Amino acid sequence: MAQRLPAVDAVTIGVGLTGSLAAFEMVQSGQKVVGLERGAPRDTVPDFQSPAIHDELRFSIRKAMMQDNVKVAVTFRNNFNETALPIRRWASFLPGQGLGGSFVHWNGQSFRAQVADFVLRSHVIQRYGQKFLDACGPELTIQDWGVTYDELEPYYDRFEYLCGVSGKAGNIKGQIQAGGNPFEAPRSREYPNPPLKETYFGAIFRKGAESLGYHPYPQPSSNLSRPYTNPLGIKLEQCVFCGFCERYACEHYAKASPQTIILPVLVKNPNYELRTSCEVLRINLDSTGKKATGVTYVDGAGREFEQPAEIVFITAFPLNNVRTLLLSGIGKPYDPRSGEGVVGRNYSYQTTGGPTVFMDESININPFMSSGAPGTMIDDFSGDNFDHSNMNPPFIGGQYVGSIMTGGRPIEFHPTPPGTPPWGLEWKRAVARHYNHAILIQQHGTSMSSRLNYLDLDPTYKDAWGQPLLRMTFDFPENDIRMSQYIADKVVEIGRAMGGKIVVRGGTKRPYTTTVYQSTHNCGGAVMGDDPKTSAVNRYMQCWDVPNVFSLGGSSFPQNITYNYTITIGALTYWALDAIKNKYLKSPGPLVQA
Amino acid sequence: MTEVSRRTLIKATGAIGAAMLPAGAAIETANSAAPVGATPAATSSICAAAAASTTYVFFNSEEAAFIEAAVARLIPADEEWPGALEACVPNYIDKQLAGAWGSGERLYRSGPWQPGTPSQGYQLPYTPAELFRTALGAIAKELSRNPFAKMTPYDQDGYLKKLEAGGKDLGGVPSDVFFAHLWESTLEGFFSDPVYGGNCNMMSWRMIGFPGAYASYYDLIDQHGIKLDRAPMSLAEDAHGQVHLNPGIPARSP
Repeated sequence: MAQRLPAVDAVTIGVGLTGSLAAFEMVQSGQKVVGLERGAPRDTVPDFQSPAIHDELRFSIRKAMMQDNVKVAVTFRNNFNETALPIRRWASFLPGQGLGGSFVHWNGQSFRAQVADFVLRSHVIQRYGQKFLDACGPELTIQDWGVTYDELEPYYDRFEYLCGVSGKAGNIKGQIQAGGNPFEAPRSREYPNPPLKETYFGAIFRKGAESLGYHPYPQPSSNLSRPYTNPLGIKLEQCVFCGFCERYACEHYAKASPQTIILPVLVKNPNYELRTSCEVLRINLDSTGKKATGVTYVDGAGREFEQPAEIVFITAFPLNNVRTLLLSGIGKPYDPRSGEGVVGRNYSYQTTGGPTVFMDESININPFMSSGAPGTMIDDFSGDNFDHSNMNPPFIGGQYVGSIMTGGRPIEFHPTPPGTPPWGLEWKRAVARHYNHAILIQQHGTSMSSRLNYLDLDPTYKDAWGQPLLRMTFDFPENDIRMSQYIADKVVEIGRAMGGKIVVRGGTKRPYTTTVYQSTHNCGGAVMGDDPKTSAVNRYMQCWDVPNVFSLGGSSFPQNITYNYTITIGALTYWALDAIKNKYLKSPGPLVQA
Repeated sequence: MTEVSRRTLIKATGAIGAAMLPAGAAIETANSAAPVGATPAATSSICAAAAASTTYVFFNSEEAAFIEAAVARLIPADEEWPGALEACVPNYIDKQLAGAWGSGERLYRSGPWQPGTPSQGYQLPYTPAELFRTALGAIAKELSRNPFAKMTPYDQDGYLKKLEAGGKDLGGVPSDVFFAHLWESTLEGFFSDPVYGGNCNMMSWRMIGFPGAYASYYDLIDQHGIKLDRAPMSLAEDAHGQVHLNPGIPARSP
């Protein structure tokens, strides 16, 4: 029998990016908040310290910072005629675990989305027509977000200043800025910090891209270029390019994470209580099914508790947000056969992959000197920055392209040219010959939602608490493959212009496989929008059916954007919390009438 | 083991001990006439000694003989750089299989079990330890008259290629699945930090020029194309470069 605890104003399910931001805004408004985190507590000191943090086997290969999939995995199939089986080891995507969540082991690649991204369906139909969109794939279910870029701009700005993003503005209030990204959506002011120093591979990419008439710019980074004190008075340090960023925590206080930008202040607030090693089983509803009464969770010792709360924030990894809604019976589950239902609908992913460029052996790339966001890159092929009207076969969407090598850790990185045997003496000699003379180029971009791709509860496999695993049904829409392959050709040209002796073409292919790392930007499944028939949450990420539950984060993306999504998630969270503080708390109920 | 006693050991066993290498550790001279052990001989001899003194806690002697011979073919030694055997990769694999990884750490292990599509990844009930034991047992049975470790390097390569190609059942483990595990473990043992018992003397890092666990390149990042010639650094080193852990984990001092 669960022990019933004293009621609080709000509870967050997860204490990562969205959980710490939401809790901070609430306690500032005098609300009592409990943060429930399934993982262990951890901090820069003593947990992330050198040299132990620089351990490729432990963190990159054994994935020490990721969700413990002995206890909770995800099942997967490429289409709904197959039987889903558990992803028994993480590979394609890596949900984080532990205080701070995935916002600890991220790379710090810090982009805004573009103006057209938030009104994608309207934009595509206006520019290319409904017929064109249908030709891209009748299964596509792209839609508008219900919020616009202009509405989000102040919240992007606020989150970037919290993180201390280091970059060069390309567009301030419509004025194009030299040295920045000319395709950037208009910003109200400069980044809080200047860009990082340019790497050698970045400089080589810049030269190659410029020679072809493209517009290279420094990747915006939440690995900081200089010491910085954020608006909460928390001090961050300068990134030292140690080359252990993605899949690692920062030992130097140089990467934005809950531990470095917000938790030190949040945990001191008397209105906040953090509870770690607490696995939330479900959100409890009252007899009407229209109001949440709190959550039931199990602590590390296996004891069950009921935590009553006026507001429940689902602030987990996007996949876990969707699973929490499904386990709690909030919102109608999506059925791909009828196309009805909203929870699990429009799950989407990210197209990634790019060429390897083998340089002359006189050129020392030194890939191990790097940060998590060390790129020099171009946006010429991002989103809708290029005219798609003559594309044959037709497609929508795009990718950014850049040289973004986040380290030279050798278990993961030991490129050999085509024709090299997969093992043996020739393999060893090729690794020794090319290790320091190869450049990876990243293609990273949109993935469109489709009526065939969705999330639901698995009928067979269970977690350690006896609850169904989340089931993922996904393959890349043909549209995404066409897009990625078109850009792959362009990127090979860049590789040659960089002086590459051998350029191994990239690009995404079908079927999607869970066995190769691609991206941890899983999104959608509880998408935001204006219509309760096609969205699980409204424009403030408030559940249509249970208005005191908010599902915050990447699960609200109706389809995926070109860019790494963290900064957009931060902006969306601030946007929602603003409405909650200024409207909902004064008059609890739906912020948008269905 | 201190530096002094390690040197003593090397002295006692010869400058480069091709003769003392375990079975299957043939040194390939390929198309060069460079004398064995020219550069970097020190690494070769330190590691050869460490490899020879491996104490197995998971593998039995038959299994160890296969693993030693197999990794020596997967990443062979040549006149320039030692291979996986000299890097103590068998020791690394042995310790991994004896520990948490071997017994299924970070592996979702609930049934039911059924073969999946390639997109669905590994779907066997075996832990890594069970998988190696099962497959190695089947190999030993198949090769009982002509053990892998006693084959010529040419035949060994042929046998490994057959495993790699799949289609062969090793007591329930498809041979390509076993080969993939063997290769991944070999790569890990070759390139991971020496604290895990492989990559003896950071030899693979010296080979490719990876500096290891250094914490900062702030002053070097904009010196484009610089040739970095520092000795690599292990997690086990203190500020003076002293390595406190002996990757060989020998049962006794020589």
